[in-house]
Amino acid sequence: MNIEVLVFYFFAAITIIAAIGVISVKNSVQAVLCLVLTFFSAAALWLLLEAEFLAITLILVYVGAVMVLFLFVVMMLDVDFAALRQGFVKHLPIGLLLGFGLFGAIYWVIRFEIFGSEKVPEPAKHEQGYSNVEELGRLLYGEYFYPFEIAGVILLVAIIAAISLTFRGRRERKGQSVREQHRVLKEERLKIVSMKSEPIKQGDDA
Amino acid sequence: MSFMQLLIEGFWIVGKILLILVPLILAVAYTTFAERKLIGYMQMRLGPNRVGPKGWLQPIADVIKLLMKEVVVPSGANKTLFLLAPILFIAPSFAAWAVVPFDAELVLADTNVGLLYLLAMTSIAVYGVIIAGWASNSRYALIGSLRSASQIVSYEIAMGFALVAVLMAGGSMNLGAIVEAQNGSALHWFWIPLFPILVIYWISGVAETNRAPFDVPEGESEIVAGFHVEYAGMAFALFFLAEYANMILISILTALFFFGGWLNPFQGIPYLEPATDWIPGTVWLLLKAAWFLFMMIWLRATFPRYRYDQIMRLGWKVFIPITVVWLIVLTFWIKFEWGWWFDGRGIAAIGGVS
Repeated sequence: MNIEVLVFYFFAAITIIAAIGVISVKNSVQAVLCLVLTFFSAAALWLLLEAEFLAITLILVYVGAVMVLFLFVVMMLDVDFAALRQGFVKHLPIGLLLGFGLFGAIYWVIRFEIFGSEKVPEPAKHEQGYSNVEELGRLLYGEYFYPFEIAGVILLVAIIAAISLTFRGRRERKGQSVREQHRVLKEERLKIVSMKSEPIKQGDDA
Repeated sequence: MSFMQLLIEGFWIVGKILLILVPLILAVAYTTFAERKLIGYMQMRLGPNRVGPKGWLQPIADVIKLLMKEVVVPSGANKTLFLLAPILFIAPSFAAWAVVPFDAELVLADTNVGLLYLLAMTSIAVYGVIIAGWASNSRYALIGSLRSASQIVSYEIAMGFALVAVLMAGGSMNLGAIVEAQNGSALHWFWIPLFPILVIYWISGVAETNRAPFDVPEGESEIVAGFHVEYAGMAFALFFLAEYANMILISILTALFFFGGWLNPFQGIPYLEPATDWIPGTVWLLLKAAWFLFMMIWLRATFPRYRYDQIMRLGWKVFIPITVVWLIVLTFWIKFEWGWWFDGRGIAAIGGVS
């Protein structure tokens, strides 16, 4: 047994168990953490494919940013678990039907003939100096330069659209303006009064 | 490779990991001692001076005290997550050390994505904070964890941009290669072409480690101790350990990215360079890192705590625009090979888009 195969099965098992955990764990925060674990082990599988850039980007983007926001939202939710479990039996047939339908559709699109170790050639191992980052950079900024830039522009449009959709006009806020705070002079805030010092009376110092 | 070879190699890697971690933990212990002593002197006090000669055994006493204490799990806390949080916090802060080179050949994992890996590890640490705050079932802890999480997420963007600038200047994501790109003399180091980036990286680093003046997540005066109020004993010690390990990491990274890492600062100077040639690179790296560590402690003794909205303003409205502008400046700097930093990397060398 090859060590890589062992590592693969280890992380593949974690991926599947964690993915099942996402939908079966009762506590929603734990479900989000299961999803994080799924991403992690998927990244480990990508590392096995020598795609270290993609693996670390997966962790950086999904685990480090997207899931943090998920966790924020889920933590703030006040989920009523009893209400969630109501009507489970009633809706089970529809759920099963939908589930099998979806599975069938996926199965129909990517049939089993495509998969299997005989069908797919083993990916070639790269030599010592191979850099996944350089290779990806060469493809993205060389061969696929225009599609990549166009995708970037589309994303920019989406960002601006999202901001303008949630923008609800100017609101009167009570926030401080740092510029005004910086422009304040000493004379506006501080007044030095010259007065005679009071003599200390005997027996008055508590 | 046979099973025996594999086993030996596995033990060898574990040994190397211990070679990094054990000195790191000792360094953390004595950083706390240095911090208390330094702040003591800055405030005209003596600092700890009772345990052992001149107080040198104080951190050891602290560690033993923390180990002996009971780990209290508050009632109503989510016990699994409560105990998992410190582990989630400390694991990435230790894991990040895997890619840190201590000398030209002295690195545990010589990976091509070192920079990204570091960024990923610092961004995962936020889970420990969020979960600690949520699982404690305490409102102070929750407020602290929300503050910390938003602070880490905001400053990570500025830090990421700063690392992009370092990547552009160094021409590689491998930390060793970035240091090698600064070879030449102290004037070849990246602190000159990347000066604004250096300042931003350093301040974001202080903010990411939740250190004063950015320590609102544990602002003692308002929310007791932030996300780790409910932790006692060893569980608290893990948070403490991770925070100081992160401080040392940020200091070492600043030395690596901007101050030539293990390179001799007297390089290229007649008489001084041959005279200091025998000093190993690791010593230079640690000396440079120690200076930045000292600066962190100095900052804490000097500045009052930032207000929360000021922190957010600084991160989003000041740092991110500056880094973006400097990235553009740097692009031209590299393209036209101004100065001596980016020889052989400009238009002439690449020959335009092929």
